[in-house]
Amino acid sequence: MKLFRMLARSIRDAFKSVIRNFSLSLASISCITITLIIVALAIIASMNVQNFTKEIEKDMTIVVFLDNDTDEEEAKIVENKISKMSNVSKYTFQTKKDVKEKMQQESEVFNTVLETWDDENSPLKDTFQVKVKNIEKIKSTAEQIEKIKNVSVVRYGEGMVDKMVTAFSSIEKVTYGIVIALILVTIFLIINTIKLTISARKREISIMRLVGASNFTIKTPFIIEGMILGMFGSIVPILITMYGYTAFYKHFNGYLFSELIKLIVPEPFIYQTSLAILGIGILVGMIGSASAVRKYLKI
Amino acid sequence: MDLIRVRNVEKKYKNGVTAIYDLNLAIEKGSFVFVIGGSGSGKSTLIKMLYREEKPTKGQVIVGGLDVAKLKDKKVYKLRRKLGIVFQDYRLLQKLTVYENVAFALECIGEKKDDIRVKVLKALEDVGLKNKVHSYPDQLSGGEQQRVSIARAIVNNPKLLLCDEPTGNLDPEKSMEIMKVLNDINKNRGTTIIMATHDEKIVNKMKKQVITLKDGHLVNFKQKGKYENEAI
Repeated sequence: MKLFRMLARSIRDAFKSVIRNFSLSLASISCITITLIIVALAIIASMNVQNFTKEIEKDMTIVVFLDNDTDEEEAKIVENKISKMSNVSKYTFQTKKDVKEKMQQESEVFNTVLETWDDENSPLKDTFQVKVKNIEKIKSTAEQIEKIKNVSVVRYGEGMVDKMVTAFSSIEKVTYGIVIALILVTIFLIINTIKLTISARKREISIMRLVGASNFTIKTPFIIEGMILGMFGSIVPILITMYGYTAFYKHFNGYLFSELIKLIVPEPFIYQTSLAILGIGILVGMIGSASAVRKYLKI
Repeated sequence: MDLIRVRNVEKKYKNGVTAIYDLNLAIEKGSFVFVIGGSGSGKSTLIKMLYREEKPTKGQVIVGGLDVAKLKDKKVYKLRRKLGIVFQDYRLLQKLTVYENVAFALECIGEKKDDIRVKVLKALEDVGLKNKVHSYPDQLSGGEQQRVSIARAIVNNPKLLLCDEPTGNLDPEKSMEIMKVLNDINKNRGTTIIMATHDEKIVNKMKKQVITLKDGHLVNFKQKGKYENEAI
């Protein structure tokens, strides 16, 4: 009961202080707002990069071309060997004929060219499409398959896709760095804001200490004040996340630049992100004010 | 029973100045004690050590059963709740009314609103300010402001009231008013009062116990003492 009464008093004092030092509060709220907007953008960007990196990885396939003169039995042996590899999760077999039909369907030009070849002297090869369990080991798996008899060529998406994934993962690391730096800057700003409100109330605090207020009683209003600043500061970033990202997603129909880069579906992604931003705002406000007030509690 | 025990206390400040040398004192519950001495005699340091604004460098200070030197920063509030403190400069909050200033002390320690009302009005009655509850400090005279600060110090009914030059800013007439209020508190509430002062007239007129300090040494501790000039 007593704790509840003290807490209610703290919350009342915190709101009073935010309003009393309105211009100062507004300054730190806008700082938090700007930081959190950038944090929100960074979260959205890095989550999307992570998402489509995963998508691309899921699509990565080893294509195994067999020698032209491989007969059915020999193909069976190759299939058997592939199926026994530990990193192989799934595979499909396509004969020359299947490949031809598929290609003919894909384009008019292929259709007319392929028409002229019969099955016997077709330059096309029987292929296996192999999916792997662990994408990082795709290279060694491909090399293993290449050593099997009757396998002529092995291809996996080593080229552009590979580079893109590494590029995006380094972008992701950079955004993490920026987010952490910005959070630190915001904490620093809040420390200073709260310090100013504290120094305006220095006299009050010294009297509180003299009449026997516990540290908890003195500290709590300021910490709640920091949390309120953080909360107010996260309103605009949350709105931007909710409406901005949804609009962005709709505008690009869920894909960025090409069908390769698939965006994350807004729901429930925007709610999770908003919650994270609110959490970061409150936490940052709390940490900032807690460290600002600590100095004044030494007796 | 002794409310305060000071044993072999030495206080050396960080800048190398020693304010108190090997002090031993015992102050009984319910007594009224003056601490006198010139500037630099250590009387303020003694008062500050009693409410743990300063820690003794050596020795033991026990106030109401609490070993002040060993008290952790976090627990100092426990000591502060047992005592009231009055300063020369009143230390009131200008934005609050007389009532709110006194109530502030109880709000800070989480008392109930109804209890606060009863206690605050009683304290203000004791210092003779019941008709000024809704005034602000800057509408009051110096003597009245000091009485508000006394009311704030006694509102929680402490065992001990520490006064550091409470009449320092007041003229002789107002000073005697303050002394009357303090004397009544001492008699009616049984509060032990320790008051640092260098006001000769007050000390001589009140005829209370007197601790005389000089350059950090205890010169004497007399019952019904007088202000002795050679001590200063």
